[in-house]
Amino acid sequence: MGWLRRLATALPLVSVLTLVGCASEGGGIQSQKMATVKARGSLICGTDGKLPGFGYLGSDGRYVGLDVDTCRAVAAAVLGDGEKVEFRDLNPSERFAALSSGEVDLLARNTTMTLSRDAAGGNGLSFAPTTFYDGQGVMVPAASGLADLKALAGKPVCVPSGTTSELNLADRMREQGIAYTPLKFQTLDQMYTAYLSGRCAAVSTDRSQLAAQRSTFPQPEAHTVLPVVMSKEPLTPATINGDPAWADAVRWTLFALMQAEEMGITQANVAAKVAEAKAKPNQADLRRFLGVEGDFGRQLGLPADFVVRAIGAVGNYGEMFERNLGQKSKLKLERGVNRLWTQGGLIYAPPFR
Amino acid sequence: MAPVSPVMVRPGPWQRLRRELFASRVDGLISIGLIGGLVAVGLGLAKWVLVQAQWTVISANSTLFAVGRYPLEQQWRLWLLTTLLALATGLSWGLLRALPRSGASARAWPRNDRWAVAILVVLALWRPMALQLALPIQLRWWAITGLLLLARWAAGRWGAAIPASARRWMPLIWPLLYLLGMVLISGGLGLVRVAPSDWGGLLLTLLMATFSILLCFPLGVLLALGRRSNLPLLRWGSVLYIEFVRGAPLITLLFLGQNILGFLLPGGLAPDRVWRAAWVLTFFAAAYVAEAVRSGLAAIPAGQLEAARSLGLPMPQALIHVVLPQALRVALPATVGQFISLLQDTTLLSLIGLLDLLGTARTVMANPAYLGRNAEVYLVLAVLFWCCCAALGLGSRALETRLNPTAPSNVTPSR
Repeated sequence: MGWLRRLATALPLVSVLTLVGCASEGGGIQSQKMATVKARGSLICGTDGKLPGFGYLGSDGRYVGLDVDTCRAVAAAVLGDGEKVEFRDLNPSERFAALSSGEVDLLARNTTMTLSRDAAGGNGLSFAPTTFYDGQGVMVPAASGLADLKALAGKPVCVPSGTTSELNLADRMREQGIAYTPLKFQTLDQMYTAYLSGRCAAVSTDRSQLAAQRSTFPQPEAHTVLPVVMSKEPLTPATINGDPAWADAVRWTLFALMQAEEMGITQANVAAKVAEAKAKPNQADLRRFLGVEGDFGRQLGLPADFVVRAIGAVGNYGEMFERNLGQKSKLKLERGVNRLWTQGGLIYAPPFR
Repeated sequence: MAPVSPVMVRPGPWQRLRRELFASRVDGLISIGLIGGLVAVGLGLAKWVLVQAQWTVISANSTLFAVGRYPLEQQWRLWLLTTLLALATGLSWGLLRALPRSGASARAWPRNDRWAVAILVVLALWRPMALQLALPIQLRWWAITGLLLLARWAAGRWGAAIPASARRWMPLIWPLLYLLGMVLISGGLGLVRVAPSDWGGLLLTLLMATFSILLCFPLGVLLALGRRSNLPLLRWGSVLYIEFVRGAPLITLLFLGQNILGFLLPGGLAPDRVWRAAWVLTFFAAAYVAEAVRSGLAAIPAGQLEAARSLGLPMPQALIHVVLPQALRVALPATVGQFISLLQDTTLLSLIGLLDLLGTARTVMANPAYLGRNAEVYLVLAVLFWCCCAALGLGSRALETRLNPTAPSNVTPSR
């Protein structure tokens, strides 16, 4: 399938170049993509659809997950209704082609932001703010008392074979001069079965995956995900390069969700906050943010109250996180680096000015 | 004087068991070992199925597995379709028994039919209960099964009384029902449209499989005839097509269909991705069916066509009335084998993000509430697929006996 992959990388390039050509003629807030979405009346969003916590089909036939909520927020901001989304399940190999061919308007499919994916000479994506900072971690039985990588010296560690997880672990261990025995497994099922039966002292893959898997164990609390993070996996929604106005609309919708958490605006109290902003002319920040005054919406080509609509659809970033990955979900993931910057995390929205 | 047939002593079950399993000491040891192993595996499986497995993942998601994201308020259309299908099945079944081919015995309820009825009744009573479906849904399944059996009984009883002129049109209910089913499923003609992206589960799998099977067959026959044609352009075109498709894995073609069509046609013009996949499946299977049919054509002596032509039949008629009926009969087992693998190939649709049975299963297994319930889900999938494939296989065998001119169905082969 080598030729297919080459084709898949070449074709986006061609279409990106044509789109760049088109966009330079327009200027202002003319976004071809946004016009398409509005004319269609629905947002087509590329998601994984099979990833616990990020995107899956609930028993009632409704999509659920952090990536899914990202899509709903953008749909709410652009179209005024968080339900006007068509979800496309994409697999890793077709996700970029689907975005560049215009099959999907927005890619929210736990995609790690990297240079080559961003660059016009690479996959040519335009990345929005990161919605989840993942990284490779290590899980050990809590009773083992293992606390860091050094403690794993001479011990067997389960890793999925042929993945970046395997390579990352080998790199980190070699850097620190720790000898260990990697046990490689073709499937994740086999790997976790081996780990649970005690064949390895630890298991290593992405932290969100470890947490998801831990929730299926007979005794989830008997296992700890160590604080060590061995790789950077900033999972980031993306739009096509060459439609900056559309990328801006997506970017600032997501920033708005983060800003809302910082300002304490939730799905439940957003209506009250709007009333408060209308009543108190001295609350300039709040008034501008919620679109009571100023023209942020118009500048982005969105309705004036796009922030209110997005929050009304999915809540602020913290609510999205807790509902899908955190304490209110079965995954029970800690916020960790995904806390607000005010609490020592990496979630940071630039000023709404 | 009637010829005296040799006396055949049928051995009793114990004698047969002894002769086949415990003929010698080594045989006995091997048999005991194998039986012991089978019993252990069977017990283990039974224990897992009855005690350890948690079947809520199936019962809670039964709608998803059946029809995917098909809107709840439109699902009555699917119930209506299922009812019509059950009626048509019962009717056809009864008519087949009431009007046997000449030479076959006319028995209203042969043994196989009684077995089929028993299995149907047990399935209808037990399955909805085992899945803990809501009572109204259980009742609907019972009613549909009852209708099927009623239609079977009525058609079997009074089928022979239908005038021959009306009887000739009976097989037409199936294509008509298929078209009606398409309308019911997708909407139009006054019904609310349900986008193909909302179809899923068993519905999507069966729809894709039947669509491809129905269309790939005529396409395959045309390609096979084209490959044996005397016109070079037609011949080489067919050869090129067949060899290209057979030389590429299905998954590559599916990706090609999904991604490249999007580039070639602007935004809304590309047909829906579900239909794109259906066409790719059809064109893929057609190439293989063509080869199966070609093998059938090759088995027919050239004299058949020459004789038909010399009687004055034009080429198309000679093909349709003389060559193809024989060739297709020869090619039937291979063709049905192709249909069965086509049905199984629909699982590849999950890799291009469609919610067929396997795709639904994978998204259900990603639901944090059912993480780790893979074994239950895959087992149910295996059983569902086995049932569908077994039905296809049984149907093809019944068709083979019915079409076989040398062995009428009333002669049961003696053992």
